[in-house]
Formats: sequence, structure tokens, C-alpha cells
Amino acid sequence: MSRTAPAGADRAPVLALREVNKSFGSVRALRGVHLDLYAGETHALAGENGAGKSTLIKILAGVHTPDGGTVLLDGSPAVFHGPAAARDAGIAVIYQEPTLFGDLSIAENIFMGRQPRRFMGRIDHTAVREATAALMDRLGVDLHPDRAARGLSIADQQIVEIAKALSFDARVLIMDEPTAALTGSETARLFAVVEALRAEGAAVLFISHRLGEIFELCTRVTTLRDGRLVASESLAGLTEDDLVRRMVGRELGELYPKQETRTGEVALTVHRLTREGVFRDISFEVHKGEIVALAGLVGAGRSEVAQAVFGVDRPDAGEVRVAGKALRPGSPTAAMGAGLALVPEDRRQRGLVMEASIERNIGLTGLGSLGRGGLVRRAAERARAGDWGLKLRLKYDRLSDSVSVLSGGNQQKVVLAKWLATRPTVLIVDEPTRGIDVGTKAEVHRLLTSLAAEGLAILMVSSDLPEVLGMADRVLVMHEGRLVSEIPRDRADEETVMAAATGRAHQPAAPAGQLQPQPPEVPHPPGRPPGPQQSPGSQQPPEPGRPPGSQQPPGPEGSPGPKGGAA
Amino acid sequence: MSTTAPPRTATRSEPEPTGRTAAETVLRVREYSIGGALVLLILVTWLANPSFLDQQGIKDLLLNSSILVLLATGQSVVVLTRNIDLSVGSVVGLTAFACGSFVSGTDHGPVALVLLGIALGAGCGLVSGALVSFGRVPALVVTLGMLYVIQGVDHAWAHGEQINAATVPDDILTLGSGSFLGIPYLPLISALVLAGTGYFLRTYRSGRELYAIGSNPEAARLAGIPIRRRVLTAYAFSGAVAGFAGALWLARFGTVVADAANGWELTVVSAVVVGGVAITGGVGTVWGAALGALLLTTIGSALVVLKVSSFWEQAITGALLLAAISTDRVVRSRSTRALRKRRRQ
Repeated sequence: MSRTAPAGADRAPVLALREVNKSFGSVRALRGVHLDLYAGETHALAGENGAGKSTLIKILAGVHTPDGGTVLLDGSPAVFHGPAAARDAGIAVIYQEPTLFGDLSIAENIFMGRQPRRFMGRIDHTAVREATAALMDRLGVDLHPDRAARGLSIADQQIVEIAKALSFDARVLIMDEPTAALTGSETARLFAVVEALRAEGAAVLFISHRLGEIFELCTRVTTLRDGRLVASESLAGLTEDDLVRRMVGRELGELYPKQETRTGEVALTVHRLTREGVFRDISFEVHKGEIVALAGLVGAGRSEVAQAVFGVDRPDAGEVRVAGKALRPGSPTAAMGAGLALVPEDRRQRGLVMEASIERNIGLTGLGSLGRGGLVRRAAERARAGDWGLKLRLKYDRLSDSVSVLSGGNQQKVVLAKWLATRPTVLIVDEPTRGIDVGTKAEVHRLLTSLAAEGLAILMVSSDLPEVLGMADRVLVMHEGRLVSEIPRDRADEETVMAAATGRAHQPAAPAGQLQPQPPEVPHPPGRPPGPQQSPGSQQPPEPGRPPGSQQPPGPEGSPGPKGGAA
Repeated sequence: MSTTAPPRTATRSEPEPTGRTAAETVLRVREYSIGGALVLLILVTWLANPSFLDQQGIKDLLLNSSILVLLATGQSVVVLTRNIDLSVGSVVGLTAFACGSFVSGTDHGPVALVLLGIALGAGCGLVSGALVSFGRVPALVVTLGMLYVIQGVDHAWAHGEQINAATVPDDILTLGSGSFLGIPYLPLISALVLAGTGYFLRTYRSGRELYAIGSNPEAARLAGIPIRRRVLTAYAFSGAVAGFAGALWLARFGTVVADAANGWELTVVSAVVVGGVAITGGVGTVWGAALGALLLTTIGSALVVLKVSSFWEQAITGALLLAAISTDRVVRSRSTRALRKRRRQ
């Protein structure tokens, strides 16, 4: 294990961890972990879900205090009593899910607890607003300081979080999967900001499941596995495969284990489905044994179509037929009865009862069949959960543990188990592997393809282009609420799908402009042409919801220049 | 900060179309419509019976509403933090009776009376607040328990007795009935507390933090806001205001029985919610809550003037509450849909 510090780093690291331990009950989240963060470097933190990354971040953020070991700030031991102490030490954390006050304005969100004050401790509202406007200008975005945080896109929420970090001249910026919900252009804008901050001398700790981004943005990487430090090294000379091997600790099997299947009769028919202002005139079919991907940019209406099909939202027009029989619109109960299952995009909010146990969650969809005389039989519930846990290789301590203690990947398996236990004929999965580590991702893919081989019809909504290309028999592409293209597996590649998704179906793909082309995050499945080496999003225009002013790409004018001076 | 703000980009000159938010729209709509309804109600009642708005009529309206406005102000501060204080009615009853026992037959002045009331109320609030913030017991349960405990103590203590106006010192009765420049003291006091609270909530960090806690407790924790201390303070404030109201109750009525202000907690909560303070916290102003309290009181008085059975008052209050909550939903979903439409253009 080599430890390569960036040039001129004979100084002490800004922030460091020495022999840090942390346990939650019987779970040892971190064991003897070291970390060195130097000023002016972008440092990646890699590891599968459950490897201890979140715990490490929360220790740096002052949310958790370590059980053993020390946190060094500028070389001297520091103890953070709470998040405010870490913030006052110049540490800014941008969490995976933005933590904003929806009811309060952007300006208040940025300066909460630190508002500039006038005589007698009164908040200087004008100064707050002006400072916010200045931050927004510096970030090159057009967000009004008085606008409330509720209703902002995830990307804009991230921007507000970054503005918060800028506002107190953070010396250390920690980002936990900031790009999970961003489009390509938004990611590029974010990276430009981060790069400018780093150039000004900030230390950046960056976490992403997209390995391509790690290689694009970072100079060094620290890898964790099962709470232990695997390696802390320079990224130069490493390949993605090396990194994956360190994270997983074993050779990674095929990430897209697509089986060739024979498709059967039509299982799901969607006919001219319309929901005013969201999507229009959507028609398609899914056959038994087929995986159909619904691709498109964020905001194109894909998830909304999936929800309307399942009856969560009532469509204004059109119909859904399952095995030829029309489905009562707007009724998830009817949809379930007809053999539909929906694994939603947001598993924490919509897929799981976070406080309830694993067995209770898996049992939720079968309360009728597990019950007798209106009472649920615990034994049957437990048996069902045990069964499916085994089939899906769920990692858990006890079935009675609350699902909130599971890692993201295992939570997703619980959601899948819950729905597969209903023995559906059509499975709709919305972003099945978002925020899931590589190892579990491959398992989910293997599961999906074997389910299809057994005759299940699968409709998969996904923003992960390699996943779409690797798993789907057919790709349906949506653009601004309409179905614009249907591409069979043998003709689907990144270029055709992206061209359709960006509404340029009849033109050749435009060059990527000022954005850095990045390598695809995962190898293509064998037997497929590698396609142009471009990330899914790098050609996208901004999402349709943004006002025209925000479309400027991060260029010399819009992006924060080094003159900004963060330190 | 050493930021050199670059010249504003051309795009900024376009006004941001969505500067106002759904929540804020709801609030504006609410405060204006409550104000409008109040004016309309007063007009109609005045046309039906002009004595409703003569000098005595206005004085009565102000006097009748001042204690409810005071309580609504305290309650808003708690509700903003996504909590509730159901014990306020019993705190008023207890402090009114305690203050009465303290002053009856003595020559204690209004200052001692008010200080005692505030201290007693703040004590009750601190107990509730400690259980909610440090004991992590749901606010509904804690304050419901406190409601019964305080009521029980009050009844056991009073033992069927009552405080007689005749034994209360004149100075104190003057506080309840006297006036300054023609305006009775009580509404003046309520207005001062209201204005002070409103100003504090808007202009001080700790005031804004109450909103932050109610809006997103998890984010508030990550922002380093001392949640427990703030919630404890909110309860202590609500209790202190209720104790103050108890002292004023004695000053206004002189005669106090043990179950004074019995059942007021629900009227107070209704006033707060009708006035646009979200029961889920984070949204609303004390001004709105005060308007809600004024409206509820005026309805009661108007019914008397219009010779409608006062039994209707409760039904109307309930209907208002339901209407308030439903319009919230309608306005909010409308404005969300409008935003959505705009996105699609």
C-alpha cells in the first residue's frame, strides 16, 4: 500500500483520522481507520454500501463521536461536540439527501444559525439576502434568495448546500454521493465548482458510486471494506477494476449478467396513457420474459408513467391492460390483484416502513394470504421473510431487526422481496440500483434477468445508461413527457438512446461541448459494441424545468473563478 | 468574506417567476382571508345592530379577545416547533386561582401579581418542555397529562371554594378594567406581547431557529441548532404567557372558580391553526394566530348580538378549522400544479 501525498504536502493534513473505531451496538462500523486530507486535494472515499463511509463522514461532521482513536485538525487532536462545532472548524458536509428547511427561504437555509447581525443581535435580513445573491452569482445559478427551498430540484438543493459551504469559507468539503440524482450537465456544473474550491486550497472528500467520476475528479483514494481501511493511495496508475477489487475484495462477476430469453405473449399493454402536464399519449407493450427499459432524462416523466400504470396516480386518459384485461385506473389494489408490482424509486419514503422489521416489511404485501380470520400469523410472516431473504441473499442479523439498520442495497432487496412475494406477472422497477454498491447491483441484475427467464415481464425505469443497455431487451425513450423512440437491444447504444432522450433523435449527437468526456463507469457486457466513450449525461441540455437563465454551462463567466477566494 | 461578486449576469434581470413559494402563498391567502372575514363579520353585525360598534361594543370586543390573543401568541411559538401545548387552559385556571389566593385580603399590587403568574406558568411550561425535549415523549401525550395533573391540583386546592372580587385589591381590579387613552389595559398588554413575540421570531437567530426546527428537525440537528434547548424555551414561554394570562384573568373578572378557562386549550389551538400556523410546524406568524383569535372571539360576540343561539359558536369554530385546513391543501396543490405547468412550457 503506497501513500502518495499531493505535491507540497509535507505539511500536516488539514483533517486526519488516526486509529478510529466506532460501533453501533454489536455492529462494528469502523475499525482502526486512518485518513489524511490535505489542503488543495480532492480525495475519494470508496467502498461498498455498509463499508463504513457514512459513519466516517458523520464522525468528521461531528454527528458521531468515535469510540476510540483521534480526529486531528491541523495536526492537533480535536473533539467535535456536535455538528456546529465541526462547522465552526470549517468542515462542510453535503449529504446524499439534501437537508434543507423546505418552508424557509434559500437565504435562510444558507445562513441558519449564522445570520449576519446588527446592533442588539438583530438579524440583518438585507445582508443575508445580499450575501445569498452574491453566492448564487459566484456559483453561476439563477436562484432567488427569497424563494423557499421546497420544490427545488435535487440539483438546486445541492447548489444551496454548496452555497452554505461557501458561505462559511469551508476548508474541508465533504460530499456524500452528490451526483446520484443529477443529470450530466448538473454534474459538470457541480464539478466545476468543486474544482474551483480545491484550487483555492480547500480539501475535498468525495464519495460516489460512479467510479468514472472518482477518476475524473480526484487525485487520491481511500478505500474501506467492512469498516477497515484497505488502501489509501494515488489514483494515478490505478484502473477501475483495481478499485472495484479493493472495494469488493473479490473478483467482480459480470455486472450485467443478461440471459437471452424467449419472449412470450403480451403481459402488459399501455394504451394512449395521458396525465395532463406530465406525460401524453404513452403506448407500449411488455411481453412475458422481456425486460423493457424506460429511459430518458430526469424529469422526462418516466417514474410518473410507472406510477400511473400501477395506479398510484390516476391518468387523465388512456388505459392499462394486464394480460388483455383492462385495469381499473387509479387503484394500486386493483393493479396488485391483476399481478402488477411496483418497486418505487424512493425506497426510504415509498418502498419501506423504515422503523418496522424486515419480516413485517416483506409481509406487508401479503397481509391477506398470511392472515387467518383477519389476524396475521407471525409464523407465516416469518417463514415468508426467511424464504425470500434466502433467495435474494439478504444480509441481516435477525428478521426482527428494523430495516433502517440495513445498508441501501439490502433495503432494496427487502423491497424486491416484498413485491416478488406477491408472485407478480409484471414487475415495474424504478431505478432499481440507485445508490447501491457494485456488488449488490450485480446481484439485483442477476435476479432481474433470472426472473425474466422464468417468464416475468419487467418494466425498468433507469437513469443508469449502462444498466439500460446491459439489461434491456428493448429501450423506450421518453423526452419531455412523450415517448419518442423505441430501440431494440441490437440497435441500442449510448448515442441512439441519448439522442432520443435529448430530443435530437434525427440528428447526429452533438459534440460534448465544454464538458469533459468521461469513460463509462462500467465495462460493457461482452458482445456489445463499446460505443462512444461518453458518460450518459454529458450531452444533455439542462432539465426542462430550469429557467432559461440557468442553462449556461460552467464557463469562464458562469463558474466561480479562482478569484473568488474561499479560504 | 473576500468574495468579489462578478457582475450580475444578464439572466438575473428577468424577475424570478417563482420567488414566492407555495407555503408563503398559502399563508398570505390565509392571513388576508381571515382579515377579510373578520371585517365582513363586523360589518354585517354592525348593520344588524349598530350598538355592536359603539364605544362600549369595541371595548368589549377588545377585552374579550385579549386573553385569547395572548394565549394564541404563546401557543404559536410551540406549534412552530412542530409541538403542541394542550396544558395552557389548565395553567390559566391554576394561576388565576393561585394569584387570587395570593392577593385576596392583602394589598399586593399588580406587579407582584403578574410576576407570580408568570413564574408559576413558566414552571408548568418547563415541566412539559423538559418531558418533551429531554424525555422525548410526544408533546400531545405530555401536555394532555399536564392538563389533567394541573387541573386536578387546582380542583383539590380550591376544594369548591372561589375567589371573590370583593377580596381582590382595587389596584388589581383596575388593571382589568382601567384604560389608557380610552384603550383598556388588557388589549394593550396583549398587543405588546404579540408585537414583541412577532419581532423576536422574525429578527433573532433563536426565533428563526424555531421555524427551522419545525420545518425539518433532522436538518436542524445537522445545522447545529440546539433543538432541545429551543423547544424547552418555547414551552417555558408558552407557559409563562399562560401564567400571565391567568393573572390578567383574575384582574379582569375578580371572581375566579377553580375551572376558569376550562377547555380553552382547544380554542387556542383552533385560533392558531385558523390563523395559518401549520400544525406540522415551520410555517405561520403570531400575527396570523392573533387574527385567528380575534375572529373566533368576534364570532362569539356577533352571535350574541345577532341573537343566534350561542350553541352555534362551537359548530362555527369547528367548521372554520376544517375550512382552514382544506383551503391550505387546495391552495398548496393549486400552486404546486401551477409550478408544474410552468415547468412544462
